[in-house]
Amino acid sequence: MEKIEMIHGSGGQATSDLINEVFAKEFWNGYLAQMNDSSVVAGGAELALTTDSFVVKPLFFKGGDIGRMSVAGTVNDLLMRGAVPEYMTVGFIMEEGLPISDLKKIVHSMAKTAEEAGILIVAGDTKVVEGHGGLYINTTGVGFVPVGMEISPAQIEKGDVILVSGNLGDHHVAILSSRMSIENEIASDCAPLNDIVRSMINEGVPVHAMRDVTRGGLATVCKEVAAQSGKTLMLQEEQLPVSAQVKDFCALTGLDPLYMGNEGKLVLVLPEEAAEKALSIMKASHYGEDACRIGHVLRFEEEEEMQIKPDGGELFLKTAIGGTRRLSVLQGEGLPRIC
Amino acid sequence: MTDLAEMRRFLSQYDGPKMRIMEICGSHTASIAKNGIKEILSPAIQLISGPGCPVCVTPTAYVDRAIALAKRPDTCLVTFGDLLRVPGSSESLSAAKGMGASVEMVYAPADVVTFAKKEPDKQFVFAAIGFETTIPVYALLMEELLREEITNVKLLTACKTMPGAVSFLLENGADLQGFLAPGHVCTVTGSDAFAPLAKKYGIPFAVAGFEGEELLAALYGLLHMQGKGMVKNFYPSVVTAEGNPKAKELIERFFEPSDAAWRGLGIIPGSGLCLRAAYASFDAGSRDLTEDNQQNQACRCGQVLTGKLAPTDCPLFGKVCTPLTPQGACMVSEEGSCHTAMRYQ
Amino acid sequence: MCVAYPGTVIKVQPHTATVDFSGNRVEARTGLVDVAVGDRVLVHAGCILQKVSENEAAELEALMEEVKADA
Repeated sequence: MEKIEMIHGSGGQATSDLINEVFAKEFWNGYLAQMNDSSVVAGGAELALTTDSFVVKPLFFKGGDIGRMSVAGTVNDLLMRGAVPEYMTVGFIMEEGLPISDLKKIVHSMAKTAEEAGILIVAGDTKVVEGHGGLYINTTGVGFVPVGMEISPAQIEKGDVILVSGNLGDHHVAILSSRMSIENEIASDCAPLNDIVRSMINEGVPVHAMRDVTRGGLATVCKEVAAQSGKTLMLQEEQLPVSAQVKDFCALTGLDPLYMGNEGKLVLVLPEEAAEKALSIMKASHYGEDACRIGHVLRFEEEEEMQIKPDGGELFLKTAIGGTRRLSVLQGEGLPRIC
Repeated sequence: MTDLAEMRRFLSQYDGPKMRIMEICGSHTASIAKNGIKEILSPAIQLISGPGCPVCVTPTAYVDRAIALAKRPDTCLVTFGDLLRVPGSSESLSAAKGMGASVEMVYAPADVVTFAKKEPDKQFVFAAIGFETTIPVYALLMEELLREEITNVKLLTACKTMPGAVSFLLENGADLQGFLAPGHVCTVTGSDAFAPLAKKYGIPFAVAGFEGEELLAALYGLLHMQGKGMVKNFYPSVVTAEGNPKAKELIERFFEPSDAAWRGLGIIPGSGLCLRAAYASFDAGSRDLTEDNQQNQACRCGQVLTGKLAPTDCPLFGKVCTPLTPQGACMVSEEGSCHTAMRYQ
Repeated sequence: MCVAYPGTVIKVQPHTATVDFSGNRVEARTGLVDVAVGDRVLVHAGCILQKVSENEAAELEALMEEVKADA
């Protein structure tokens, strides 16, 4: 059979053939090999747990596919709390009509990404629903948190600097381009960020807060960090890294790179004196070549000067022409605008 | 030399007579917010967002009609992303799409030609909203439909002309001392389109571009044109006095003036354009939509837009009129006066 | 309203031209303006609205001086 049919969800022979043919081949490891109802894995002192669902259309896009995205997204969520990603589960909800050749490509891409990120897929499930060849993936990730590791917005201090690991908006623009009549070479930045985060921690960089820049873009993530920390963040428009291609795409479609999602970028908040070291670690990674400083956490005297409430948890942008813009989380869906 | 620093200094230190300046282009509104321009200006300079966003002023009845078409089994509604979230009387196009209505988002109206050729048995309706910038794009689409003998594409038009709305505001005694004229509308119409209004009401118009610095230049210019009924073009790279004659000819060929319903302002006579009778077979029923019977009678957008009322003084504000249930144009757009007031109250 | 942006014509076909915006390529209708390869043009909704004239800076400066002198 070349396409997913309802029978693949029967739980009988067709299901087990599909599992052997498509999934077991790619995801093979000691835990999965037991084919048990659940896997028993070695544990750690403190666990980081995360779950996510992936519904991206199209399933394949420049720079990645739904499979790579699902593993990278799960791994990155674990990394952002300082955890070492260890295990993950994957659930596939497949619409009938999905070409099995596509499914194989996606599963292969997941296996490769999991290998790159050093995470083991220890359990999985498939279901088939009526539809038109769509695919949705749900994941759960487990990571071990080293004792004493505390990375969260609560650690942020006034005067901290804000860094980002590279260009904004690449993933979002890659997806939108594939849906609109605009041709370009912009590829999704979809990637697991293990090497950046692990080096940061191994080399003792005192990271206060760390978030991956996903849906909603940099502004949404920074506003959430500001609100959680109670500190006010100031970004500098002139320092924001945006490629010329993404910048022009956004200008054409009335979008704002500050609100365009990535799938392989992170924002770091840390003390000024650690900034250079963190930047050089990021730049040394293939996924952080365009890392740069983008702003800082307002000091008390700056809050006074701007006449804003101290510790108001706000986010501002100093614009290139010298204006100040108050940023909120993404309102609406970030749809292209022509009129 | 009038450089950025000089303009910024002048605009932030200005302490002359109060200047209430209206921008009448949604992209100006967006750029003003994006560049943090209001924070640069002295308190004596106030910027007011006019009815310049075509989706915001598109009445509920139009959205309802678009949704009804999208729900027909043989019809696909094609639109810009802008219109997807605009609420109709019970739902938006985006919500209708979620329930199975056929809605496609495009960047270029001409994409509908490709769709129509690929599926000749299906009807495609383009939701043709916009001002003078976008209307020639629809005229070109019409030309292409005729040339390619395509019969399964229709337009649902809500085309509006900018001077009509400005005239309405000034006629109703808007307390304004200057206008930022819409740069891309003027690319088509020419800056002269605003000259009769400037002269009649003794109010200055500065045609502005869309980069932060271009907007500052136009504002700087306006402050030096106080009280003078004249139009100056601060966007000379693409705007001329007479505009684009070919575009104007094409509009004239396919469209004729009509009354138009503006959300929050009501019917403004002669402020719209409809397909000419000769092209009635390409019209998806737009002519029935020149009334907005859904309008909330208590909506005060007219007064907010003319600067007579603060958003918070409207009886509907924050009660029945919210960003999720907007009753008037000022609440539909994220940059509208009322929407902004809701976020920062 | 009216998002429009300048790009460069890289190819001209009947009724359309390919316009480049820093690597983003749009097939834009040419019915409103006659264009040649290399022209800077303003594009709105997949349609060329106008050619972009290159001496804006000088024109703007002259205009600034004019309004200041008149004020």
